[in-house]
Amino acid sequence: MAFEEKRTWVFALVTLAGYLVYLAVVLGRAGSGPVDEAPYVAAMLWTIAAMVVVTVLAYLVIVAASGGERELTDQRDREIERFGTHVGQGMLVLGAVGALVLAMLEVAHFWIANALFLGFVLTSLLESVAKLVAYRRGFQPW
Amino acid sequence: MVRPTRVSNRIRALRFEHGEMTQAELARLLGVTRQTVIAIEKGRYSPTLETAFQIARVFGVPLDDVFQYPDDPNTPDDPDDSDDPHAP
Repeated sequence: MAFEEKRTWVFALVTLAGYLVYLAVVLGRAGSGPVDEAPYVAAMLWTIAAMVVVTVLAYLVIVAASGGERELTDQRDREIERFGTHVGQGMLVLGAVGALVLAMLEVAHFWIANALFLGFVLTSLLESVAKLVAYRRGFQPW
Repeated sequence: MVRPTRVSNRIRALRFEHGEMTQAELARLLGVTRQTVIAIEKGRYSPTLETAFQIARVFGVPLDDVFQYPDDPNTPDDPDDSDDPHAP
């Protein structure tokens, strides 16, 4: 498996796991009360920080396990990276538009922040899935 | 973007004709990862024109000895045969 493909798997799994943990924490804090009154800011910030730290640590482990292979990333990886970013861009816009609409409707900050966070998470997951499909099933940039 | 290519190649055969060169060795000579060589060999990735020429150069053969594209019966072989009024 290509180095960048491993990295993509790690990124996708960390993103998914991180978001599920965040949801569990926030919904747990909400208890039987209204969800949008649950304290979410610290949980969101800690989740983002944890995702970054775990992803960086996993990256270092993958580099160490690559056994000093000279070429870790090449032209195909860069093309697949661009393809993934292109695919994910639509979801990012959708998340931003969703948050914009919520702001115009003057809903609670909770929903605006979470719409943006969900948009980022879905963008990352969509990008990762597109890249993994390109690695697994083939990629023809021409 | 993920669609099959009609381009086929003889890289695997050429590697064996050149002292059973390994995929890792070819990757090193091209400056790409071994996974990319595997993907090109299996037709799961079309390299850039520059990489295609580099592969041909490694084996010391013309480009169309490495990559082949099937003839399309709808495509005229000779541009002079086309109905294009602007054709010379």
